[in-house]
Amino acid sequence: MKKAQNLARKKSVSQNIAFTIFSLISYAIVALLVVILAFIVIKGMGVISWEFITEMPKNGMTEGGIFPAIVGTLCLVGVSMVFAFPIGILAAIYMNEYVKDGWVKQIIKQMTNNLAGVPSIVFGLFGMALFVNKLGFGDSILAGGLTLGLLVLPVVIRTTEEALKAIDDSFRQASTGLGASKWQTTSQVVFPIAFPNIITGLILSIGRVSGETAPILFTVAAYFLPKLPTSIFDQAMALPYHLYVIATSGTNIEASRAMAYGTALVLIVIVLISNLLANALRKYFGKKVKMN
Amino acid sequence: MHKIETKNVNFFYGENHALHDISLAMKANTITALIGPSGCGKSTYLRLLNRMNDLIDGTRLEGEILIDGENIYDKNTNAYDLRKNVGMVFQKPNPFPKSIFENVAYGLKVNGITDKAVIEERVHTSIQQVALWDEVKDKLKKSAFELSGGQQQRLCIARALAVQPSVLLMDEPTSALDPISTSKIEELLFELKNKYTIVIVTHNMQQAARASDNTAFFYMGRLIEMDKTKTIFTKPNQKQTEDYITGRFG
Repeated sequence: MKKAQNLARKKSVSQNIAFTIFSLISYAIVALLVVILAFIVIKGMGVISWEFITEMPKNGMTEGGIFPAIVGTLCLVGVSMVFAFPIGILAAIYMNEYVKDGWVKQIIKQMTNNLAGVPSIVFGLFGMALFVNKLGFGDSILAGGLTLGLLVLPVVIRTTEEALKAIDDSFRQASTGLGASKWQTTSQVVFPIAFPNIITGLILSIGRVSGETAPILFTVAAYFLPKLPTSIFDQAMALPYHLYVIATSGTNIEASRAMAYGTALVLIVIVLISNLLANALRKYFGKKVKMN
Repeated sequence: MHKIETKNVNFFYGENHALHDISLAMKANTITALIGPSGCGKSTYLRLLNRMNDLIDGTRLEGEILIDGENIYDKNTNAYDLRKNVGMVFQKPNPFPKSIFENVAYGLKVNGITDKAVIEERVHTSIQQVALWDEVKDKLKKSAFELSGGQQQRLCIARALAVQPSVLLMDEPTSALDPISTSKIEELLFELKNKYTIVIVTHNMQQAARASDNTAFFYMGRLIEMDKTKTIFTKPNQKQTEDYITGRFG
């Protein structure tokens, strides 16, 4: 009897200790995020103004705004999406709906995983070699966007695959059971059900693309270009690279310090907005295809 | 002639010998219940009848399955046409994320029927056949997910009927439903029997006893016995059958 009581007490003590540790760690993560955000907001808030967002950089990038960098980043995100989304989604559909289990599938899967593990600077070098030089796109939004697209391709494939995998097989069987072909089943039943989760993954990948610096370093990013791109063959400024430049190698680093934090803040807000958008869209489409 | 005839069927999932030498026959316009403990092969057998197991990699079939005298595993049999003729209803109601109307129309559209009048007529008839018309006639454009579980399951039956099959396979169609919805579906089975040959897998002994004409008892991948439902539930031939239906194992 006494032994059992002792054991129970021991258990609850060790459980309490474990819970305390776990909760402290969780709070520490939240606190860390809050500190980082607060730091950037406090340091960067001062320069945020309508002019900062809508004007060209001036006076050796120590004054004026970051408008071309914002536009450049949006263009890069756009090109990478147009490239990576269709290819990634189709690849995922092929892998999840068509290929039989076996070595072919294993190889594709392994390669996709490996691609996800390649350092982003390597993508940058590859993009320079292939898109900038070999294909002759030069330093351009096209070359940079495609490089970013390659970088994010495994993310797109994996999120789409997860979304497809989560669908109960009985939907596929019900459609097949009515005489539908595989493609009819995939396009008219499976894909619409998976869509809310796919779109969430896609938008999260936008956040990833907009923050990458290394892949655009050699493929598109301009150090200072106080005009807007007119085509996808133009060079462009981009937020992460602009941040890097004015923080490390600008004409007057001290004078542009506040601008650097402002740029970081804008970048974070863009990522934040895309995450919120992802949530909103998932909820919106999720309602339409609500599972019981 | 029998509507469905199975001759010495052996079925394998890879190395796993799932069905052993199954031979049985079903007459047209009857309801056959397949009973047996989980993993006994009854669902696997059911899924052979519309070649649903084709979707699983690494399966193999020996023997013959005839529907209307034709071997459905023959090279010349088109699996799409077969599945149009052999409808299926699943364990959990699984309407598509479409409107009530579009759910029923789906099977028609994927089979190339484009005439709007025909589609509308068939959708209405099918929904009426499952006694759902009064409940949904004012909201055909609404999402199928707005219906209750029992209504959804009847909608799924209507969806299967719309492509005008002659056989209806049901894989534990009421196991996710409340008793009232269940009895509605059972009543429906009696109605549908006049037009269709129905094969139903069920874990519910009372359901098998109430709703079927014949019952087949499966155990460990073998057909132990098949007979008139009344006989199976009153004086079965085999000791194993008796033990199972009286709840001594399973």
